[in-house]
Amino acid sequence: MSTDKRMPINIENLKIHRLLELYRTKELNPKEVIDCLFSHIEKIEPKIKAFVHFNREKITKELENIPQKEGKLKGIPVTIKDNICVKDEPTTCASKILGGFSPPYDATVVERLKREGAILFGKANMDEFAFGSSCETSFYGPTHNPWNTSCVPGGSSGGSAAAVASDETVASLGSDTGGSIRQPASFCGIVGLKPTYGRVSRYGLVAFASSLDQIGPLTKDVKDCALLMNVIAGYDEKDSTSVNIPVPDYTKALVKDIRGMKIGVPREYFLEGIDKEVKKAIEEAITLIKDLKAEVKEVSLPHTEYAVATYYIIATAEASSNLARFDGVQYGYRTKDISSVNDIIQFYSRTRKEGFGAEAKRRIMLGTYVLSHGYYDAYYLRALKVRTLIRKDFEEAFKECDIILTPTSPTPPFRMGEKTENPLAMYLSDIYTISVNLAGVPAISLPCGFTNDQLPIGMQLIGKPFDEETIFRLAYTYEQNTDWHYKKPKL
Amino acid sequence: MYETVIGLEVHLQLKTKTKAFCGCANSFGAEPNTLVCPVCLGLPGSLPVLNKKALEYALKVALALNCEVKEFFKFDRKNYYYPDLPKNYQISQYDMPLSINGYLEIDTETKNKRIRIKRVHLEEDAGKLIHTPEYSLVDYNRAGVPLLEIVTEPDINSAEEAYEYLVNLKSVLEYLEVSDCNMEKGSLRCDANVSLRKKGSSVLGIKTELKNMNSFKAVRDALDFEISRQRKILDGGERVIQETRLWDAEEGITISMRTKEEAHDYRYFPDPDLVIFTVDEKVIKSIKDTLPEFPRQRCLRFQKEYSLSFYDAEVLTRSKYLADYFESCAKLYPYPKEISNWLTTEVLAYLNEKKIPIEEFTLESEKLIGLLKILQAKQISRNTAKDVLRIMLDTNKDADTIIKEKNLFLISDESDLEKIVDEVIKNNPNSVNDYLKGKENAIMFLVGQVMKQTKGKADPVRVNTLLKTKLKKGGDNA
Ligand SMILES: [Zn+2]
Repeated sequence: MSTDKRMPINIENLKIHRLLELYRTKELNPKEVIDCLFSHIEKIEPKIKAFVHFNREKITKELENIPQKEGKLKGIPVTIKDNICVKDEPTTCASKILGGFSPPYDATVVERLKREGAILFGKANMDEFAFGSSCETSFYGPTHNPWNTSCVPGGSSGGSAAAVASDETVASLGSDTGGSIRQPASFCGIVGLKPTYGRVSRYGLVAFASSLDQIGPLTKDVKDCALLMNVIAGYDEKDSTSVNIPVPDYTKALVKDIRGMKIGVPREYFLEGIDKEVKKAIEEAITLIKDLKAEVKEVSLPHTEYAVATYYIIATAEASSNLARFDGVQYGYRTKDISSVNDIIQFYSRTRKEGFGAEAKRRIMLGTYVLSHGYYDAYYLRALKVRTLIRKDFEEAFKECDIILTPTSPTPPFRMGEKTENPLAMYLSDIYTISVNLAGVPAISLPCGFTNDQLPIGMQLIGKPFDEETIFRLAYTYEQNTDWHYKKPKL
Repeated sequence: MYETVIGLEVHLQLKTKTKAFCGCANSFGAEPNTLVCPVCLGLPGSLPVLNKKALEYALKVALALNCEVKEFFKFDRKNYYYPDLPKNYQISQYDMPLSINGYLEIDTETKNKRIRIKRVHLEEDAGKLIHTPEYSLVDYNRAGVPLLEIVTEPDINSAEEAYEYLVNLKSVLEYLEVSDCNMEKGSLRCDANVSLRKKGSSVLGIKTELKNMNSFKAVRDALDFEISRQRKILDGGERVIQETRLWDAEEGITISMRTKEEAHDYRYFPDPDLVIFTVDEKVIKSIKDTLPEFPRQRCLRFQKEYSLSFYDAEVLTRSKYLADYFESCAKLYPYPKEISNWLTTEVLAYLNEKKIPIEEFTLESEKLIGLLKILQAKQISRNTAKDVLRIMLDTNKDADTIIKEKNLFLISDESDLEKIVDEVIKNNPNSVNDYLKGKENAIMFLVGQVMKQTKGKADPVRVNTLLKTKLKKGGDNA
C-alpha cells in the first residue's frame, strides 16, 4: 500500500483526541507520528531545550512493542518530567547529584501510561528537584519559552510545558508542589491540571514536599487533559496518601454548558502586584463566563497573604528531609576526591556541596533551620496551623461557589535571568497557585489571552476536593467559546 | 545511702513475614542485600506503606503490657546521617506513639512490684555495616525490619530488678509469639539508663546510658558494675559524667563510648508520606480477645488444675514453649506431677548441659509419654528410664526401640528372678543372718546384689519384696 493516500501530518494538530481518531480510521499510524515528531524536534529543540534525556532508538523500539491489545492511549507520545521514575531510564531531577541514576522501577503513573499503550517520549527539563518557577535552575541549563525564547517557560515543569507548546510532544506529565504545572502551562499557553492531593499516585515521583506534591497532565487542550487524567488518576496501594474513591470518566464532564454554575472570584487575588494585561484578560474571561450564564460572585480567602510564607516553611522542611537520601552512598553523584576524605561526614558534605545547585542548597538550609530545635514551634508548627486556616478558607468559599477563578500567575512570562538573583521575587510568582497545594484542592490553568507582546496569559480554575469534573466542565466550555488554544508560537 | 534509678529501653524485632513499610521478606541470615526493594532502600520516588501485621503485633504487645492504645497516632521522621540508614531518616514515632502508660509486674525478693511502661512505639530498623580493613560495606537486609521500642519509667531500683523485668518481659513477648526474642541474633536489644541519688531525694542524679549488652546476664552484670562505679565517684565527692558507656563482657567493666555530644538534633517532624492512623475500639477489642493466657495466670492455673507446686508451675510456665509441651503431655498421660518432674529435672538439665534453647527441644511429647508409660508398667527401672531418656534426646528414637535394642526390659519372668534371688541368699549367708537378726539395712545389700546380677534389669521394689518373702519363709522354716 502506498502512503500517499494518507493525509499529510499537521504537527500543530497532534492532540491526543485527534490522534486516537486518526489511528482508529487508519489515516495515520504511530510510526508516522513519531518520525514526524523526531524531525520537528531536530529543528526546534536547539532553540527550546525542553528535554534532558531523549533516546530515539529506545522510542523507536518501544514503537515496535506497542501492545497488540487496545489501550486508551495506544500510540500516543507522552513526555515525562525528569522527576518521575521510568524504569531503566535516567531520572535525574535535572540535578548533578542524581547523575547516572536509572531507577529499577516505574512510577505508578508511568506504569499506567505503559499499560494503556502510550509511548514514553523523553524526559523533560525542570528546575533542579522542582525548586523554582522559571526552569532556569536545571543542571542541564534552562529551557526557553516557545513564545519568546528570551523568556522563561515557567517552572518547575518548564520542559514539560515548552515541549507541548512547541509541538515537540503531544502531551506531558509534570508535577505541581506550589504551582509547578499551572504556572508553566500559563506561561506557555497550554492546559495544565494539578489534581486533588491523593487523586494521582505519587509513587515514583521523586519527592520535593510530600504533603504538597501531585503529578498532573500538561496538554494542548482540555479534552486531552481529561483523557490523560482518565489514565493516571486512581487509588494506588503503594502510596499511603492516595485516596481510595472511584475515578469518573472525565471526558463525560466535557459539556458545553455552565448555566447556573457559581463562580467565585477571591478579592484578595486582585489587590497588588498583578500585571495590568493579566488583570484585563481575566476580566474579559469573567465577562464571557457571565455571558455563558454562569453566576459570578466575589468570595474571600482571608489568609491568602500568609500562603507564600507558610508554603516556604512546610515545603522546605519536607524537602530538607526528602533530599537527605542523596548522599553518594548508594547511587548518583559521589565526590571525586574520595582519597582525601577523612571521615563519613566530610564525604557527605563534599558530595552534597558538589552535587546540589544553589537553589537546592538554599532550600535544604531553610528547611533544616525551620525544623531545628528551638525553631520548630515558631516556624514549622505555626505554619501547619496557618495551613489549616487556609484550608478552611477554601471550605468556606466553596459553600458559596462551585469553582474559584483567579489568574494563574500575577505576570506574563518574565525574561530569563530577570529573577534569578532575587529568590524572593521568584517565590512570589507562585502567589496565586500556592494556596491550592496547601489546601490540597484541584486546579487547572488554561489560556485566556495574550499580552501585546504575544505572550500567553493563563486563568486558574480551582475546584472542590475530588471535583475535577466541575473544573473540566467550566474549562471546556470556556475553551470551546474562545480560540486561544488554536494560537501557536512562531518558531 | 544511695538509691539506684534505672530505666530500660528494649528494642524488639517483630517476626512479621514482611518488613515494616514494604513487601520484602523479614528474615535473618540471608545473603547481604538480597531482601531489599526500592522502598526499604529509600530509592528516590519510593513510598512507605505500613505493614498491617506489624501494627497488629505492636498493638498486641501494647495491650499485653496494659498500655493505653491511642485513638490517633502518627509516624515521624528522625533525621540523621548514617550510611546504614538509606533515607538518612528513620521512620519512628515521636510525640504521638501508638500507646503509652502501661505496666509489667515483677516479683522481687520481698514483694510484687509494678514497673511502669512509658511508651510502646513502632519504628523501622536500619541496615548493618560490615567493616573490613579496606572498605566498609553495607547490608540493607535488616533496613526496614519492624522494631518495637518498649520504654520503662525509671522505676527499676537494682540490677536484680532489671534482670527480673527483662525475664518477665521476654516471657510475655514469647507468649505473644511476636518475636524470636533472641538477644544473640539481635532481635531483642536492651539499653539501660542508670543513675544514683541520695535516698529520699526526688531529684534524679546524672545518668549514664549503657549499651552493648547482649544477654540478660550481661545487663545485670553491667548494671552492677555501673552502680558501684557511680557510687565510688559520688563517695569521692565527684560528679558522674553524663555519657554513653559500653559493656565489655570480657573485662567485666563498662567503658566510655562518647560523652554527651552536642545534644543531637533529630529534627523530628510528621512523616508526610504516611497519614495519621486511627485504631477503632473494635480492632482493639478483637486483639484483646486473641491475647493468650500470660505466664502469671498460667502458673496459677497449673497449680490448681494439675496440683503442681508453685515452684514447678513457675518453672514450667516461664517459657511458653515448655508450658505448651507440658500440657500436650498432660493430655496423653494422667499423672501431671510425674510429667512435671521429668521436664523440670531431667529434660531441663539435659538442655542446660547441651546449651540447647528450649525452643529447639524437639522430642515429640508422644515419645516422652511412651517412656513414662513403660516406666509406670514397671517394665524398666527409674534409673534405666533416665538413661533411655538421654538416648531419646540424643537420637530422637522412641523409648520402646531403645529398650529393645539395648535389652533393658526388666526381668519379667518370675521364676528367672526367683532363681537369682535364691542364689544371692545362698551366697550371702552373713547378710542373711544380719537381716534375720533384725538389721533391716542388710536387705539393701542383698537387693544390690540381685540388681548387680540382673544388670539392673530387675525392679528393685519387687526384688525387695521377693527377698523379704523368701527370708521370712526361710526364717520360719529355721
Ligand atoms: Zn523492601
